[in-house]
Amino acid sequence: MTTRDRPLSPHLQIYRWQWTMLLSIVHRMTGVALAFGTLLLVWWLVAAAAGPEAFARVQAVMGHWFGRLVLFGFTWALFYHLANGIRHLFWDAGRGYDLPTGYASAWLVVLASLVLTGLAWLAGYGII
Amino acid sequence: MSYRSPLARARGLGSAREGAGHWWAQRLTAVALVPLCLWFATGLVGLVGADHAAVKAWVGMPINAALLVVLIVAVFHHAQLGLQVVIEDYVHSEGLKIAGIMIGKFAAILLGLAGVFAVLKISFGG
Repeated sequence: MTTRDRPLSPHLQIYRWQWTMLLSIVHRMTGVALAFGTLLLVWWLVAAAAGPEAFARVQAVMGHWFGRLVLFGFTWALFYHLANGIRHLFWDAGRGYDLPTGYASAWLVVLASLVLTGLAWLAGYGII
Repeated sequence: MSYRSPLARARGLGSAREGAGHWWAQRLTAVALVPLCLWFATGLVGLVGADHAAVKAWVGMPINAALLVVLIVAVFHHAQLGLQVVIEDYVHSEGLKIAGIMIGKFAAILLGLAGVFAVLKISFGG
């Protein structure tokens, strides 16, 4: 089969930048990051099953400031992907496609991800 | 007006021969993961600073163990479906694409089974 010179859709650089585009690509990036982050979940569970020494190693790594930073990023990625995923489910149901709703839901997703991350960590440190 | 034959429409499988199966499984796991993730996040916050015995006790509780197994299965199914789409969109070399998709699926099965096995071992008092 020969491919003819079919018209191409405008390249990404042609579009005027809109920040809802950022939400879209960040949904994918957080999804990939969370997929790699599942290594931490499995490590934690397997170590807990393996015994106190293995579990102490996980605790030491995750309690280190860098481990906490990774966990903090993981928490935000999870809540962002969760909130924006719900936004996607509304679209799948055919709702929320008009521009004002699209921008409002975008703001809501960012706000919800930050608030939920904040709540989880404040509660984790026993502040609330 | 549809260009599909009545049989093709009834089967609803389209050119890739798998219909909306991938799409539907992604949504099904997504919906399941909304409450599961919120439950798990709440559980983890409660476990901050907990020692090994307390974590084992929490994981081993029947309701928690059951929910963790469901969470793990849904997470890894959802993750490998999502990774597949990302790889299909951005990796254009056919060999690399297939290798990437296979690695994603193998890793999901391996990690998912390891997680489920750990939960069951703790739960059955290993």
